[in-house]
Amino acid sequence: MDGAAPLFRMEGISKRYGGVRALEKAELTVEAGSIHAILGENGAGKSTLIKVMAGVVAPDEGRMMLDGREVTFASPGAANKAGIVCIFQELSLIPELSVADNIVISDPPKRFGMIDRKAQRRIAEDALARAGAADIHPLALVKDLPLSRRQMVEIAKALARKPRILILDEATSALTAADVSKIFAVLKRLRSEGLALLYISHRMNEIAELADHCTVFRNGRNVASYKAGSKSDNEVVELMIGREYSHIFPPKPPAAAANAAPRLEARKLSWADRLDNISLTVRAGEVVGLGGLDGQGQRELLLAFFGVLRGLSGEVLIDGKPVTITSPAAAREDGIGMALIPEDRKTEGLMLPMTVRENLSFAALDRLSKGGIIDRATEQRLIDDMVGLLAIKTAGLDIPVGALSGGNQQKVVIAKWLMRQPRIILLNDPTRGIDVGTKQEIYQLMRKLADAGAAILFYSTDYDELIGCCDRVLVLYDGAVKRELVGAEITERALISSALNIHGEESPVGLGAEA
Amino acid sequence: MKDWRYWLAEQRGTLLALGIFIVMFVIYTSNHPAGFTANVVQTAANKGVLLAFVAMAQTLVVITSGIDLSVGMIFLLTNCLASWLVVGTPMQTTLGVIAVLAAGLLCGAINGAIVIYGRLQPIVATIATGAVYYGVGLLLRPFPGGSVNEDLADAMTGRFFDLVPASLVVLLAVVLLIWVPFSRSVLGRAAYAAGSSETAAYMSGVPIRRGKFAAYTLAGLLAAIGGLFLTFFTYTGEAAYASGNAYTLFSIAAVVLGGVSLFGGKGSAIGAIFGALAFRTIGDLLFVFDFDPLWQPLFQGVILLVAVSLGAFALFRVRNRLEWFL
Repeated sequence: MDGAAPLFRMEGISKRYGGVRALEKAELTVEAGSIHAILGENGAGKSTLIKVMAGVVAPDEGRMMLDGREVTFASPGAANKAGIVCIFQELSLIPELSVADNIVISDPPKRFGMIDRKAQRRIAEDALARAGAADIHPLALVKDLPLSRRQMVEIAKALARKPRILILDEATSALTAADVSKIFAVLKRLRSEGLALLYISHRMNEIAELADHCTVFRNGRNVASYKAGSKSDNEVVELMIGREYSHIFPPKPPAAAANAAPRLEARKLSWADRLDNISLTVRAGEVVGLGGLDGQGQRELLLAFFGVLRGLSGEVLIDGKPVTITSPAAAREDGIGMALIPEDRKTEGLMLPMTVRENLSFAALDRLSKGGIIDRATEQRLIDDMVGLLAIKTAGLDIPVGALSGGNQQKVVIAKWLMRQPRIILLNDPTRGIDVGTKQEIYQLMRKLADAGAAILFYSTDYDELIGCCDRVLVLYDGAVKRELVGAEITERALISSALNIHGEESPVGLGAEA
Repeated sequence: MKDWRYWLAEQRGTLLALGIFIVMFVIYTSNHPAGFTANVVQTAANKGVLLAFVAMAQTLVVITSGIDLSVGMIFLLTNCLASWLVVGTPMQTTLGVIAVLAAGLLCGAINGAIVIYGRLQPIVATIATGAVYYGVGLLLRPFPGGSVNEDLADAMTGRFFDLVPASLVVLLAVVLLIWVPFSRSVLGRAAYAAGSSETAAYMSGVPIRRGKFAAYTLAGLLAAIGGLFLTFFTYTGEAAYASGNAYTLFSIAAVVLGGVSLFGGKGSAIGAIFGALAFRTIGDLLFVFDFDPLWQPLFQGVILLVAVSLGAFALFRVRNRLEWFL
């Protein structure tokens, strides 16, 4: 560390997008053989920083040094050649190509000028094994894989490029707990092999486990650099948001709505091989969590309620009356009043090139229009209310929603449904990849909506959220509800043990099946 | 262990097109007065390869999630050019063939340059260049006419060893010499990657521009090979506007029949060839069943709809409605 030039160094890097300053004289030093965590809210400049490093955007000023020599990257390919490989938050896999095709995509093995498929297969198998994902078949098409498997492929692809500096941008956000621990073992091994790793995550516990060194970004500047473990979580969060940090989760009401009438009920709901006899009740004023490992049927359950799945068996009851919901359009009708905040805001939640105004109005267009003509005045009033309520930060209502930061995009998705004043709100991992400040606002909002009488069903992959937000949590395993945790029973230990379908100390009541 | 299942899934579109073609062709030959003879096959092959070449050209561009509305016009332009150049001594004829193919390459390269470097939408860019190519063709041949080296023409439309249609052999050679190397090269993979997800491809350092440029350029070459064959069959050059447009539209139909996704990133030119041959057989079927030729366009449309619907049957089995949009 002392004396010799660091592996990689950025000095005085600035980047503006139009009038917005994304980076302002940012500095970063990366040492070989260490894991360096980058922290900061969304919009703090982390994404721009790594895009500069990875050759995706060119900085307006400043310089980068690799092994003490100044370098510039004209494209991601050039950065790759220099040994800087980035695993982006938005997956960079090509859906119609196979896993093996994707793993070798930037530099396929060649024989007589053509791609050598046998060698390609070997490289892919090797890389998948190194990433701890040998269960993925190299010939499978990427589009047929679930999100968590795709992320593993993404990591394997990065490893196959033999990087010197590996950047992971929220690379574990969709992974199951089991995959995360595999990946951590891989990352630690890479560190011992002398790689430099840059790790960007919103999950404090991951950073605590992995990082040797941390740098906090705020408003495009690096505001603090410190050795991992030398600051408390609260101190770190205060550095990130630049203000006093207190009560990230709103207080729960004492005996939350236990006596209220059931708003949403499911009885013996089954679908294909993904949902298995699910019965549950959500009362008005309640926040009910869905826990468990990723991909245990939580997403399908929400889609089943929202009328997306066909061939569902069992019953759904709204306010005690059986209903059959056959489409999202039917689910949002007045008698039902359901809203779904989807998992992937970019494809299922927003029309990115359309304006903030248009996106906000979509779900409520029928209410905003008379005889097919949109009433601009009503629309404006409702939109103003929502922008105020959710504190959406946007340069205007008529800019494309794709120009907003991730957190603000998610607020638009939520606001769009709140315009209909839904009575049942289904949330599918709504805080994935968004910053602490926005997360906190979303938690407060959920509680506020519940207090106003909404029934909320909330799926999250983040255990802290389930613990902090929910009155009850249903843990799913293999499409079935394995355990229900109420109030003080919702602990990390209980969530994890039931997620893995192993009996914790406070054994669940008669839920058969040994793990 | 189950490698073959992945292979099968990948080739499903191509195999379906092959199946449709075989069924139609069997019906055709079994009802043909002469039956399955070298003569019948030769005639069918000669009619089929023209659309097959143009459909291959279309496939290359469609894979990049573009569309080439000028292929039919490149086909006409090279036909007109060939009716001037592919004549004379064997030496002159050879040079003529090379010049015609080079003209096709140039047309394709212009399309590619405009779409990739000019960043115009493929549909608009190729409507415009198609009109230009047609205009050049019209200047070359204001009236049908010209000639071609008849020895070469007869050899190319005849049979090898009195058995195998020469046009099919050339088609096979083109597949082996152009399509297979392209689809297995880095450029070919770049074309697929750009068609499937251009952002992901860029982020992965894939040579997107070169891949797409190669696809457009080779498309021009394949259309020119089609134009040459048109000249071999007709012995003349003709800038027939309706014919050019028909080839463009039929090539899109053939591509879809052949299991190539119009959204890009998926499919094979081999599928498109069978799509083209199947599409051509529709007319022959009407002939053997003694239908009035006036029915041909209507029937082609119906069969195209039915065939494309076969691919859509999978949608009825979808239980998660979100998969409709994938």
